[in-house]
Amino acid sequence: MRLLTHNMLSSNIKGVSNGFPLRLEVEKFIEKEVEFNADFLRNMFPKIEWKALVDAAKTLGYADLPEEADPSLLDSDDFLKKYHHALLELHVEEGVLICPETGRKFPVNKGVPNMLLHEDEGFWRL
Amino acid sequence: MKLKQLEGLLGDLDQFSSPNIDLEQYPTGPHIASRLLFMAENTYGDISGKVVADFGCGCGTLGIAAALLGAEYVIGVDIDSNSLEIAAQNAEDLELDINLVWCDIKSLTWRDGIVDTVVMNPPFGTRKKGADLDFLSMGLKVASQAVYSLHKTTTREHVRRTALREFNAKSADVLCELRFDVPQLYKFHKKKEVDVAVDLWRFVPQS
Repeated sequence: MRLLTHNMLSSNIKGVSNGFPLRLEVEKFIEKEVEFNADFLRNMFPKIEWKALVDAAKTLGYADLPEEADPSLLDSDDFLKKYHHALLELHVEEGVLICPETGRKFPVNKGVPNMLLHEDEGFWRL
Repeated sequence: MKLKQLEGLLGDLDQFSSPNIDLEQYPTGPHIASRLLFMAENTYGDISGKVVADFGCGCGTLGIAAALLGAEYVIGVDIDSNSLEIAAQNAEDLELDINLVWCDIKSLTWRDGIVDTVVMNPPFGTRKKGADLDFLSMGLKVASQAVYSLHKTTTREHVRRTALREFNAKSADVLCELRFDVPQLYKFHKKKEVDVAVDLWRFVPQS
């Protein structure tokens, strides 16, 4: 699970009003190089919850992102490289995601978060 | 990448070893998958550089096709962990990075705006009525740009009405009619192979 996925997922438990961001506990992570695409990073920037990304990256031992970011930073190559690394090159292999309201744990195994619910805890949006 | 080349690569992917009929697990054939993604990319520019989600990804055929056509970030979602393992292996064999999430499509609570395009070959709802429309409803909630989906041609008017009126789609267009080969996968299949007429749809969500 990369941190762009983490930035999108939220707790889907019934009754939870603010299930984002999921707290992250990491047992094992890896880094994999991804081709740098500045346009993609710029397009994504307004959609990213910055604080959630900064905190998740720190959990993985990467503390180079600024605590706050505004669009003027997107002209800086140095900033884009760090943002690229945090968003796309860090993979949580083993760990858990934790619902901020209920404490329900969603395991991450072999890089795949398990967001499957039991029948009685489902938040059926449909 | 040329259409034939894409179709060839997809033809080499591993498919379900023991398909689950309750989930209507039928592999998406390379012919249909390559055409769906090729049209999405070359006619509409909905794939390359985008965040693409594959709903009910199974063994990952559509998501992998999206990655091969230059999608920047692909997320496959399925309720079946065995399928996800095959999808992960298929992606690795092609040296592609695919992100996978184990979840029921009906209970996705993703933040809006991240996913540009949703591609899917939903269960046609022959075992569980309306299953394909549940997928479509969620697709139109999650996608900010377009949803590509396959539905049986016999349900065309119903799909169009539901998408426009109930799911608030801005547009719903049949791009072409294709034949979906249903191989003899399950015991109740009497014939060796049948094909079903399916429509390839493009839906645009309200912005």
